[in-house]
Amino acid sequence: MKRILAALAATLLCASGGAAFAPPGVDQAVVESDAMPPKLSAFGLFRGNDPGRPSTGIAYTLRASLFSDYTEKHRFIAIPAGKKAKVGSDGVIDFPVGTVLVKSFGWNDVGGGRLIETRLLIHRASGWVALPYIWDADGKDATLALGGRRVPVTFKSPDGETHSIRYAVPNKNQCKECHSLNGEIVPIGPKARNFILDPAAADAVRSRYFENPAALKPTMPIWDDPATGSVADRARAYLDVNCAHCHNPAGSASNSGLFLRWTDDPTGVNYGIGKRPTAAGRGSGGMDFAIAPGDPAHSFMIYRLESTDPGIAMPEVGRSTVHKEGAALLRQWIAEMPKGGQKAL
Amino acid sequence: MRFNGFHAAALGVLAVLGASPATAKTISVSATTPDANEKLQEALILAEPGDVVQLGAGVWTLTDGLSLDVAGVTVRGAGAGEGGSILDFTGQQGAGEGLLVTSDDVLLTNFAVLNTKGDGIKSKGADRIVYHQLRVEWTAGPKETNGAYGIYPVESTDVLVDSVYVRGASDAGIYVGQSKNIIVRDSIATENVAGIEIENSYNADVHDNIATKNTGGILVFDLPSLPMQGGHNVRVFENIVNDNSTPNFAPKGNIVASVPTGTGVLVMANRNVEIFDNVFADNGTANVMIVGYRYEHKDPNYQPLPRDIVVRGNQHGKAGYAPKFPGGDMIAAAMGGAIPPVLWDGAGDAVVLDKVGVLSLNLPDVKTPQSEAKPAPADLSKGTPPAALPAITLPESMEAKVK
Repeated sequence: MKRILAALAATLLCASGGAAFAPPGVDQAVVESDAMPPKLSAFGLFRGNDPGRPSTGIAYTLRASLFSDYTEKHRFIAIPAGKKAKVGSDGVIDFPVGTVLVKSFGWNDVGGGRLIETRLLIHRASGWVALPYIWDADGKDATLALGGRRVPVTFKSPDGETHSIRYAVPNKNQCKECHSLNGEIVPIGPKARNFILDPAAADAVRSRYFENPAALKPTMPIWDDPATGSVADRARAYLDVNCAHCHNPAGSASNSGLFLRWTDDPTGVNYGIGKRPTAAGRGSGGMDFAIAPGDPAHSFMIYRLESTDPGIAMPEVGRSTVHKEGAALLRQWIAEMPKGGQKAL
Repeated sequence: MRFNGFHAAALGVLAVLGASPATAKTISVSATTPDANEKLQEALILAEPGDVVQLGAGVWTLTDGLSLDVAGVTVRGAGAGEGGSILDFTGQQGAGEGLLVTSDDVLLTNFAVLNTKGDGIKSKGADRIVYHQLRVEWTAGPKETNGAYGIYPVESTDVLVDSVYVRGASDAGIYVGQSKNIIVRDSIATENVAGIEIENSYNADVHDNIATKNTGGILVFDLPSLPMQGGHNVRVFENIVNDNSTPNFAPKGNIVASVPTGTGVLVMANRNVEIFDNVFADNGTANVMIVGYRYEHKDPNYQPLPRDIVVRGNQHGKAGYAPKFPGGDMIAAAMGGAIPPVLWDGAGDAVVLDKVGVLSLNLPDVKTPQSEAKPAPADLSKGTPPAALPAITLPESMEAKVK
């Protein structure tokens, strides 16, 4: 009986695809090779190479997402047939070899919402590889930009202010600077506490891509939604997503001794409370502490977040604009800490 | 015999082939190529182990920091001086440094990095890195708006800095942090806040350098609350450390902002540091200063005292005539215009065998504020110095790169 049903389903699927229009699919051979194709279309990730129409996979969003100059981000995962991702007991998602995480960037008010770039994070047998593609002027394909590029854009942030920046598409190495754990590339955003699978997707679809989709329990506060957590909780979520990919003991900023993961002790000196600058240079802004409780004006964490000067700004890569709203949240968090005390919460 | 000779020659050829992989190639990039920044970055990404990325002569106008993450690559320019390969970051818009290296067995040689907004050249987790015949400079001279570190290896094992020139860093010209097995030699550090600094590191030789016109010439520090601490086994020898008279221009808050102008060698909270056979002159605060870490900290594993410090065989020119620590001028006046060339805050222990005076501030407890100093001459010549430290040796593959 089951076999008959399966055969029937297969027939239906073929019929819906239409014999004359065999659905385009991901070229798994390219995905799993060592290739760095000069054109994004080589992967077959989009229908008709339209970045709005993934050829496969499932869309996802994040509870808290990294600030990238107010870009809109569109994400999906492609996982090869017959394989599934699995959520580990520690909340880390294990994606099988052959998985592609696809993230596209653009602004609604730039080029009519046309996407600027698409970044791929590909899980190959040799490990994760990050490849940045910039969409061509005609929007028909995107071209590999291993060395990164600056793209001049003018856009409005949510507060109505106009920004004219030279948006930085990261180079391949810069992708790794953020996506690095002990020198190896890893995904940053997809953790059970932060990961939201397309809510419109049916359970059957979710189960197609995840062995245990119910284990995806996105509980992390949304930094700009007070209903999801206290100021301190939301500030910590913001730091986790915007800083902790480098600021952890195995990340690119391990030598700083400043560790900002959701799981780090938020009262400790290694969380920045009363922590003196390490290798900060001009980033200290003449201040003694990363976080001076009760005194955001003398907390150089704020100074660095509110700067766009490359010798001062944090994060070091990935933004040419100040995230005013994020900085305001952190200001409020620090201002509400008892002055002089070393307790953050 | 002839047969044997032939055989040996054949083996020699094989050895040469074995030393350089058949696939190793040179990737040349020109300073005048359109999109030079992107093209150079691409070359650094596409390079494979054994390759040389050759930087053309001329001034490279760069807006974004470069990075290298491939092991075994050489980045070679046409020279670090006029007419060489000059990477000019005056218009830099992004990245925390001019060049970042995150792979092992890399050689950087014969180019210059100018006016970066942040650090000059940084290498992190890059074992067996060799910095050779490089210039890192902020060309307007000392300014608080200059980047922090010129040459900045961190979290690495086996580090060689050889024949470099660094000027204008608002923190340290040559800074080695949280690393092991280090040689800094034959280099010039001038007009930086700290000329050369070894921080939270183990096993370092700093020798045959010239540290002049900095705020402080050579610093050996250990700081709390960092992943690697307990700095020890550092030898500072046969350097010329003179006229370190540049007013401190470090941004406040950074530890080097506390270095008094006119400091020759400064040891803070390390153990087993040997300072010998150096030539000191014209350091207005002190030729050698040995102190504890006197800031509040909450790190139970941190050891704030200098211990087993040895000062011997050094030549001492004029020093101590303009001590720039709080109250220093009054002490100098009381002592006839100058304090002795060796200054100790009284914390930890040191042996000073040089035939010069030592001034102790008699503050053995690092929690005692400096305002309670009871300055008095001290005799540190009676102690027994610990066993001499062995010389640092680096893997032969590294030394071969600079021969």
